[in-house]
Amino acid sequence: MRVVIDADLCQGQGRCFSIAPSLFGFDELGNGVVLVTGELTEGELELARLAEANCPEHAVGVIE
Amino acid sequence: MTIEKTPVTDFATDFDHTDPAWVADPYPIWEDLRARCPVAHTERYGGAWFPATHAGVTQIAKDTENFTSRTVIMNDGRPDELALPSPIGVAPPITSDPPFHQIARKLILPAFSPGAINPLEPQVRALCGTLLDRVAGGDVVEASWDYARLIPPSVIRQMLGFPEADTNVFIDIVHTVTESVDLPMDERIAAFAPIEEYFVRQIEDHQANPRDDLTTFLLNAEIDGEKLAVEHVFGTMILILVAGIDTTWSAIGSSLWHLARNPSDLERLASEPDLMPVAIEEFLRFYAPVTMARLVKHDMEYLGVTMREYDWILLGFPAANRDPAAFVDADRFIIDRAENRHVAFGLGIHRCAGSNLARLELRVALEEFIARYPRFTLADPDQVTWSQGQIRGPRRLPIRVG
Repeated sequence: MRVVIDADLCQGQGRCFSIAPSLFGFDELGNGVVLVTGELTEGELELARLAEANCPEHAVGVIE
Repeated sequence: MTIEKTPVTDFATDFDHTDPAWVADPYPIWEDLRARCPVAHTERYGGAWFPATHAGVTQIAKDTENFTSRTVIMNDGRPDELALPSPIGVAPPITSDPPFHQIARKLILPAFSPGAINPLEPQVRALCGTLLDRVAGGDVVEASWDYARLIPPSVIRQMLGFPEADTNVFIDIVHTVTESVDLPMDERIAAFAPIEEYFVRQIEDHQANPRDDLTTFLLNAEIDGEKLAVEHVFGTMILILVAGIDTTWSAIGSSLWHLARNPSDLERLASEPDLMPVAIEEFLRFYAPVTMARLVKHDMEYLGVTMREYDWILLGFPAANRDPAAFVDADRFIIDRAENRHVAFGLGIHRCAGSNLARLELRVALEEFIARYPRFTLADPDQVTWSQGQIRGPRRLPIRVG
């Protein structure tokens, strides 16, 4: 499983990088960016799902 | 002078967000509207709609085709009387629509990104400590007026680079701006004259002595190689005051009000400081202070109702946050709520640009208050008063600390 941010949906709500700073950072405008590439470890997957469940814009996605 | 109003008898057909019942406790009203409408209507303010559900609020917040943001505070003035400048709007980018909106927003976002805001934490903490020192000694602390109220203006004053000696002048200005929304338009314009004068003086000082602050940043900012129009700089400064001060004051006040009445939540925060970031999101969901407004662009059928051009939409993010269709146990405050897609900062392209600053101020204000007073209660519930209008929070909040 991988985690992605849909840049068209992200509005910089800031939830992902607060919940999981190991997986997400932010750009100059404060929009979220994914810091990890490739398959998530089990612990990362849990955090990614938590970030997904807290994004008001539904911009964070956990995908195959 | 505010305008005389008749009391509301049915919020579904004649709502008014300044009605005493709504001001005192809006949550049962919204619950009732969700069950009955779910889009309430009023002929007040020249005609307005209030979607009470999360789905309705979301749809309108993201729909810039059918709704305009050029006025975001619902009032008795009609849009054609306001002579709204285009495309900037009176307070860009909150009052701007696409495509100009994105240009104006991109300009200010870097100044409010986490990278710019996080370094302010030590100064916010020092400020909270100073304010708490000032009220220390008594058994009762006025936690809204003497604490929460004074935090945002000092932070904003520092960000804009206005002199520290002007703190009180600045706080007066803020009050004029935020409290004048109820005034008739001519009185409102008159109330703004001294503010414009003060801002022009500050702008001139920054032009003569540029420094590393938001005012200099705005003066140097360019769109397509051109410096910003003076109205744009002034409008953005006004926006920063209106949007950044009452709102965060209200969030801090509501959170302290909650903790004063819920000793088990206070005890958990005092003993588990790591819980604070999660708790902050629940404070923001449960006590979201900000309701926005939009104007309908053209006659249309929408959400099952017939909207007319220039009808208002009162966009209730706080109501959306209490919708059981969107949140489990929506009407329960759960301090460690793990999944919380609240919309306290809005949704879509107008997401509150100052959300990172608001969160920082709210977190540090609560941390410092609890560190000083791990136990506190409401001194006198009858003395607590709530603001009226689109920003909701306690304005008087006597808290017993001894």
